[in-house]
Amino acid sequence: MRGTLALCCWVCLFSGCQREKRDLRPAPTRLAIYGNAAVQSPLQPGGVKSHQTVTNPYNHSAYDISEGNRLFTWYNCSGCHSHGGGGIGPPLIKTEWIYGGEPENLFDTIVKGRPNGMPTWGNRIPEYQIWQIVAYVRSLNGQQPASATMSRPDEIEGNPQTILQRGRGEPK
Amino acid sequence: MTDLDTWPGLRRVAGVAVAAICLQLTGCAGHQQSAVDPAGPPSGNIAGLWWFFLWLLTAIFVIVLAMTLVALLRTPRSVEQESVKSTHRPPQETEAKLTRVVAGATIATVAILFVLLVTSIGTGKGISELPHKEKGMTIEVTGNQWWWHVRYANDDPSRVLETANEIHIPVGRPIMIRGMSNDVIHSFWIPNLNGKRDLIPSRVTTEWIQADHPGVFRGQCAEFCGLQHAHMALWVIAEPEAQFNAWMNRQLQAAAPPSDPVKQHGQQVFLDHACVYCHAIRGTTASGQVAPDLTHFASRRSIAAGTLPNTIGNLGGWILDPQSIKPGNHMATIAVNSNDLQPLLEYIESLK
Repeated sequence: MRGTLALCCWVCLFSGCQREKRDLRPAPTRLAIYGNAAVQSPLQPGGVKSHQTVTNPYNHSAYDISEGNRLFTWYNCSGCHSHGGGGIGPPLIKTEWIYGGEPENLFDTIVKGRPNGMPTWGNRIPEYQIWQIVAYVRSLNGQQPASATMSRPDEIEGNPQTILQRGRGEPK
Repeated sequence: MTDLDTWPGLRRVAGVAVAAICLQLTGCAGHQQSAVDPAGPPSGNIAGLWWFFLWLLTAIFVIVLAMTLVALLRTPRSVEQESVKSTHRPPQETEAKLTRVVAGATIATVAILFVLLVTSIGTGKGISELPHKEKGMTIEVTGNQWWWHVRYANDDPSRVLETANEIHIPVGRPIMIRGMSNDVIHSFWIPNLNGKRDLIPSRVTTEWIQADHPGVFRGQCAEFCGLQHAHMALWVIAEPEAQFNAWMNRQLQAAAPPSDPVKQHGQQVFLDHACVYCHAIRGTTASGQVAPDLTHFASRRSIAAGTLPNTIGNLGGWILDPQSIKPGNHMATIAVNSNDLQPLLEYIESLK
């Protein structure tokens, strides 16, 4: 009896071996880029139209969040947004978003660009990379599970409170 | 009676085994990636040490085995059948003889270990520096997941050259490799030219290499660095000074503008896609700094850090689906229209 119990516990440990599946061969689709990922306003002429919601395929994935972190530097997002604290561009660690902070809003912002400086990235970088960057930006705000978020940023951040909150994984 | 002659087949078996081992070792010569086929002074030192160790330790191994065989095969002495008491001691002369043998073996072991130690240290010191450093040259090698960034340092900024995954060196000149890393620890290893040197993030490590004769040598990352560690190779091409200078002058030039409409279209495809965010082609607006410089891509032997030979077919496969060739690598999978692909390939393969 005791042996069986021990065996069960031992087998349960293996469930931790495959925490997540890495998508190493993402398809270079551009479907969402040409669609409207997010709706800016609920007001529409001619009655309510059904809207297809877009979800981030890389939510909750530690690998894709870290890939997003790499791309954030590689594509020089950090040139304007610094490491989330903002500079030339607005900060990315915040609760109030001008164009919405949901994944589909962030996707749209990256794809279409925004007035006063945000360039248009759609059709230039692959869609899956945009979703990885979205996942990373969400993780800056504690909106990804703590198990998938990097435990400690490599960069110096201005506000220790932010780091503390991120460490606790509290959504803001 | 205690002889090996009692086992007549044994000698023949041992002879065949030794011959087989020697035959395998001769296969190491003339290889592009072999530590026992040295092409320069540092690797010559290392190979010398290796052979010295091999022969000395083989001799010791043979002696130990022979002694063991002698002990196993000798006819037991006729022992007087008396009960062995706990106070039993061998006769005086046997005791003295055993003491001499054990003491001699201990002294010999310490002396041999000391010899090995001294020769190792001597070799280490020998490969840490090269004579005629004044006519040397510095090449900076930066490890990346999973490719090598190569930069030829020069006091004259117009003669600083950036390339990737392939190093050309002039024969007979000492080259200092300044190793760095952009991500994790890699290890720079050209077995024909020198031993391994780790490339460590936020540190600079150095190593001297020198080729005494022209040749093509393959190097390999020697420190596990992630998914595609096995596909992180580089080529070192040692060529005579004049040939090297011609190569250098050609590489320093910007890419020639595309000559025909197809290649012009290909260049436009390159500049319109995500390629430009990571790759640079000098002479165009493409100036990405995080992936291999493609200015003279077509002059290189391989693509994807020694993964595939540089042919137009392999390049097409690599651009369309890099993740099936080298899963996990950082080359983006981009969508290229079918009528854009061939011009793009022709343009890139024209960058000689």
